[in-house]
Amino acid sequence: MSEKYEMKVPGEEFRDELLEAYPPKLAKKRKKQIVVNQVEEGDVVPQILANTRTAPGIITMRGCAYAGCKGVVLGPTRDILQITHGPIGCGFYSWLTRRNKTRPTSPDAPNYMTYSMSTDLQENEIVFGGEKKLMAAIDEAVALFHPRAIGIFATCPVGLIGDDVHAVARQAEEKYPDINIFGFSCEGYKGVSQSAGHHVANNKVFTDVVGLLDKPKEGKFRFNILGEYNIGGDAFEIERLVGLCGMTLHSTFSGNSTYDEFCSAHTADLNVVMCHRSINYLAEMMELKYGIPWFKVNFIGAEATAKSLRKIAQFFGDEELIARTEKVIETELAEVAKVRDSIKARCEGKTALNFVGGSRAHHYQEIMKEIGIDTIAAGYEFAHRDDYEGRKVIPTIAVDADSRNIEELTVTADETRYAPRISEEDKARREAAGFEFSDYRGMMAEMPENTLVVDDCNHYELEKLLEVYHPDIVCAGIKEKYVVQKHGIPMKQLHSYDYMGPFAGFKGAINFYREIDRLVNSNAFKFAKAPWDTNPELAATYGNE
Amino acid sequence: MLLRHTPDEITERKALTVNPAKTCQPIGAMYAALGIHNCLPHSHGSQGCCAYHRSALTRHYNDPIMGSTSSFSEGSSVFGGQANLLDAITNIFTLYKPDIIAVNTTCLSEVIGDDLVQIINKAYDEKKIPEGKVVFHANTPSFTGSHVTGYANMATAMVKTFAKSSGKKNKKITLIPSFIEPSDMSEIKHLVSEMGIKYIMYPDTSDVVNGPLDGKFRMYPKGGCKKEDIEASGDSIASFAIGKLGAGPAARLLDSQCKVPCHIVELPIGISATDAFIEELRKVAGVSVPESLILERGQLVDALCDMNQYTYGKKVSLVGDPDTLLGMVRFCRDAGMEVLHVVTGTAPTGMKFEKTVKSLCGENVVVKTGLNADMFLFHQLVKENRPDVIMGNTYCKYICRDMDIPLLRVGFPIYDRIGHSYVPVVGYRGGMHLLLKLLDLLMDRQDRDAPEENVELIM
Repeated sequence: MSEKYEMKVPGEEFRDELLEAYPPKLAKKRKKQIVVNQVEEGDVVPQILANTRTAPGIITMRGCAYAGCKGVVLGPTRDILQITHGPIGCGFYSWLTRRNKTRPTSPDAPNYMTYSMSTDLQENEIVFGGEKKLMAAIDEAVALFHPRAIGIFATCPVGLIGDDVHAVARQAEEKYPDINIFGFSCEGYKGVSQSAGHHVANNKVFTDVVGLLDKPKEGKFRFNILGEYNIGGDAFEIERLVGLCGMTLHSTFSGNSTYDEFCSAHTADLNVVMCHRSINYLAEMMELKYGIPWFKVNFIGAEATAKSLRKIAQFFGDEELIARTEKVIETELAEVAKVRDSIKARCEGKTALNFVGGSRAHHYQEIMKEIGIDTIAAGYEFAHRDDYEGRKVIPTIAVDADSRNIEELTVTADETRYAPRISEEDKARREAAGFEFSDYRGMMAEMPENTLVVDDCNHYELEKLLEVYHPDIVCAGIKEKYVVQKHGIPMKQLHSYDYMGPFAGFKGAINFYREIDRLVNSNAFKFAKAPWDTNPELAATYGNE
Repeated sequence: MLLRHTPDEITERKALTVNPAKTCQPIGAMYAALGIHNCLPHSHGSQGCCAYHRSALTRHYNDPIMGSTSSFSEGSSVFGGQANLLDAITNIFTLYKPDIIAVNTTCLSEVIGDDLVQIINKAYDEKKIPEGKVVFHANTPSFTGSHVTGYANMATAMVKTFAKSSGKKNKKITLIPSFIEPSDMSEIKHLVSEMGIKYIMYPDTSDVVNGPLDGKFRMYPKGGCKKEDIEASGDSIASFAIGKLGAGPAARLLDSQCKVPCHIVELPIGISATDAFIEELRKVAGVSVPESLILERGQLVDALCDMNQYTYGKKVSLVGDPDTLLGMVRFCRDAGMEVLHVVTGTAPTGMKFEKTVKSLCGENVVVKTGLNADMFLFHQLVKENRPDVIMGNTYCKYICRDMDIPLLRVGFPIYDRIGHSYVPVVGYRGGMHLLLKLLDLLMDRQDRDAPEENVELIM
């Protein structure tokens, strides 16, 4: 059974007080999105309302579908040239702002990551249509950069004026048969958050890229990592560990990746999923079409990393691989322990809030616990119920109007290339032995009882949480960072890592422990209050008396 | 190389913008709106606009940037955003309790043709706006102009909404700054105060986006122009638009709406531009220049003369926004530098921009503005004719690293250094700060690159 956490103020009491400030209709809705955690036998947790619209006027942490598609999923790719079709802003704001590191294999290898390209639509094109300008922009991009693949990203006005990015892509492909050109209908108004954009991106990468190259990478034990975007170099650290264990990382979707790796990803034997929310669609579709099984992993935290490496080695089942992996884990964990224990002594019993993305709010709870910090409230910005309650609830999730607008592909087995990597019998046997496929337990089953789960937490609610619970550290994004820090509470950005990292894997865990130690124990924040703030009474006498 | 694909040869582009030297209108409007006390900027469009603008401004200022959004769904994009804005107004006044909501439109709400006047009137009629509170708007379509235009449009909307003339002048001068740093707004107030002139300044983001850390979060920080002061600007004896592109439209409206004569001046960056600003102020207000400013000026002149050998003849390329660029060009010319390139993605409409730059720098200076004048082109120009220093925003760092050219960070956005929000570039003190930064860059280079026998201890 799950452990219990004793909240300073009971969650129900906090929630009821919090909701009083809302207009009644909104209070009713928010009540369903703020849950006091309970975990029953079989990971049964209370139902939460998620992936639903943010009320207008609410200062939300969320962004849009374009950010989810171009910013999150495709942004980390270095050799797919990306053109934003729309007015200048969207292209500008998504220009290098997500810290997706990439390491081209040679000085001549293509890397378009430092370039932001846009059709910079003007009023005239808004009135008369922007397709011609998009086509001309593709011509200019081809002449300047000679890319092998071009992605076109639609912004809000493009959808409204009826520009068809897909038609332009097809037309451009006829003109440039050697270049793969594809469009994304990721207009910012789609769906309710970035999440819609993830789905749009997954669909297009699946239909237009994966499967184009039937050439496996050299090496044994080949697999893909899905939903690892190499922020702060996380993928580099994972690549290091995979290499040490003697496995072959075929492609990462999409941190430090290449177009060719995407095209041939279907030749790998396994997909492991890091960020469930942003990429589970691709894992599902690749299993249906190519027979590649998948399971969830987590490389945040030393224990989670060890567990994930073990599970991957177990999947391949090779005794030598399993032994080598154990050896790597043992060596690395010894290094981790050297750093962890002294930091834990300084951090034990401190509390954290964690409101990030669609996976990190979950992943970073365990690593915090490794140094003794309890996460007392957490929630996702743009996740769905399955990310909270586990994939078992997927059949019960109601599809609303906003979700229905995002295409759900019907996928069937590839006629020639469908090849189940393990037989049904083998899979059943493994499952009976406790090996889970296509799994995700969700955040709530792994959170202590009585802690708070808040979906789409907004500015007002974050402020209330700070006021009532006085956490020692808060994890969220750039928009929340200084709101928290003005309170004198240190804040860790878990989107950008505050320009640090890696935080994944064993070396990443060490980096993270040290960083949290710095934040909660360094002197800087202690200066928030001046001596005269805490001891205002005038005790001294005038110098001339 | 970080920008390995940028070819040396410049080819004409008509459709593709690469590495823009501008961004969109709404972010400028949001920034301007933060310059009103107790005001919440509101973005009428998709959530993403507001998220991007808040993120960009937060990264630039390292301070909280509050703003709300109409959170358009696909439905609102088809049926109009009225319901969203009405809901938003109720939710904002209930939860966040501002005195004022400053709404900016986005490309989305502009394309679908939302009529903001009608929607806001409806909100007043339906009593969704509490007594004494105000909701106003600026049209800021992202498909025209740039972030500077958006700032100008919001400043203009402030005049339109609030400025009233009571028929009795208040002996104050209204100062309308262009899209500049809070530190620069403070410095302009310092110059004007030292001259003994009473003023009203808006937008005024000082003490808003460069606030202290004292253990307390203030949703509406201490700074920002008060509503009553914006109202009273209609009674001021004169107005100064400081930076023609960003501030000119608001000052001209104040002139036509309230008969406040407007003086359009350049941003006072460097000695000559600051002198021109002070001269104009002195004449309009009928005051003399105080000792304190004479000292500040004298110190800057002293430093400039003492170190002239290190700046004279040095080549510089600049990229940024028109108002700031013009001031920076003047500063560079004050220091005897040779200006090679001046690039801005913003069309400097009505500024005689190119003409002014050429009159200052000679006919050889390359000036590129507006559509397709982007940082990709800037990079190509710099490759063609290499400067000793580049002045521009954070995105220049990729060019500077590839080419090993020092970068003096100025303009928007600056994501990778702090200081700009605390230390000004305008006025004499700002000129001193700029000069020191420039000297550090150039002299560190000399120290690094000089042959051993030529390393100078004393410089």
